[in-house]
Amino acid sequence: MSAKQTRPPEFPTWQEMRSGNILQYAGGAKNYRTGDWRTDRPVVDKSKCIKCGMCWLLCPDAAVKQNEDGTYEANLFFCKGCGICVRVCPKDAITMVEEGA
Amino acid sequence: MSRRVPLEGSFAAAEAAKMADVDVVAAYPITPQTHIIERISEFVNNGELKAAFIPVESEHSAMSACWGASGAGARAFTATASQGFFLMHEVLYFVAGMRLPVVMAVSNRAVGPPANIWGDYSDAMSATYTGWLQVFAANNQEIFDLTLAAFRIAEDPRVLLPFMVHLDGFTLSHVTEAVLLPEQAEVDAFLPPYKNPYMYDPDNPMAYGAVVSPGTYGEIKKAQDIGIRESKAVIKEVWKDFGDRFGRYYNPIDSYKADGAKTLLMAVGALSETAKVAVDRKREQGESVGLLTLHLWRPFPFEELAEAVSGAERLIVFDRAPTLGGPTGPIIGEVKAALFDCRKDMKVAGIIGGMCGRNLEVEEFEEVIERGIDICDKGRQEMVETVGIRG
Repeated sequence: MSAKQTRPPEFPTWQEMRSGNILQYAGGAKNYRTGDWRTDRPVVDKSKCIKCGMCWLLCPDAAVKQNEDGTYEANLFFCKGCGICVRVCPKDAITMVEEGA
Repeated sequence: MSRRVPLEGSFAAAEAAKMADVDVVAAYPITPQTHIIERISEFVNNGELKAAFIPVESEHSAMSACWGASGAGARAFTATASQGFFLMHEVLYFVAGMRLPVVMAVSNRAVGPPANIWGDYSDAMSATYTGWLQVFAANNQEIFDLTLAAFRIAEDPRVLLPFMVHLDGFTLSHVTEAVLLPEQAEVDAFLPPYKNPYMYDPDNPMAYGAVVSPGTYGEIKKAQDIGIRESKAVIKEVWKDFGDRFGRYYNPIDSYKADGAKTLLMAVGALSETAKVAVDRKREQGESVGLLTLHLWRPFPFEELAEAVSGAERLIVFDRAPTLGGPTGPIIGEVKAALFDCRKDMKVAGIIGGMCGRNLEVEEFEEVIERGIDICDKGRQEMVETVGIRG
């Protein structure tokens, strides 16, 4: 389940930033793709997942989402590939896979 | 009708903040600024000024509190000097980058070491690149006038930038002069209420000070730079309106006996008034000399400088802060850079003196003029030419 990599939106010109370092809306960070910082992505083996939610709880970027069946997987738009979910999974259900490999 | 009252320079600054009806004053006392905020705290205490006075634990906090207050839509004022100025330095950049119209009076003082309390422009000149609009007052009336006008300029929706009013520590801050104070109604008519278009408001959230990538920083800095440069038109417009209302007109560069003068002396602040007397004396001796008083330091008045020196052959720039390894002083550095674009033929001399409150008498300014002409015509003896320094 690799998310389609897209280019970040075109950056604004200086004329469009005359208010200084102020974004005239809130919550803009959710549009900021941090997923392309990643070299390895976490892949969940759903057959091993016991739905404990440790990966969801300890992800430092809140980039883990819960599926309808109760299992978890990474939101690859945000996931930076730190691998903490792999370390904290009590069932070794998550492995890091090199991007592009 | 204005009232003519005796006021210390510090009290003139405090009076301007009071008549501007500031909402928040966050400040930490430091010599020679102390009288400004002591007077404001008295105004708040005795009910003359309805404002929140925040006695913060440091200047870093003082400017941070002004940042928050201004962002939340309050008219914010503070004052500092020297070491306190340096402690708030980081926050100066943030207030400017956030386009917040905080107004600050700076009682200019030398920086340690050696430990000191006396006046020069070492603190002011360190703020050259902070993004604040900056003017130098030459007397107590100018402190009041320029501080009052600073609020209107800073808060203009076309500007939205913080504003520093520099006044000479002790030479102005602790010296009493007659100052004309307008009626409160006249001030209210001149200065509309402050409205922050990007106000901190839970019902209309925005993101302030977000981290940016290399792909955005340069554009934001260019927008800020253009904003500062374009503010000059508003500064001149507001100073013109101030003059029409109150009868005192201000210019980025004021000329004194400069028409047709072959030699011009340039100075800032209180000592420019001493320099005037030296110019009078040299004129009596037949020397073709005039004076330029630089009021506006940021944005730097490039066009006005070119105009002011257009008829002259020599320019002598008097600086009151060292650059320690750079040009003679910060002002001569800027002036030379500006003239290189428009007057490569001009002979320019820089002389530094009056550091840390060292008094300069009229005779010494006469010496500055004589030596400056010599340097212009024959070249300088030393990389950094000084006046009044022993040895």
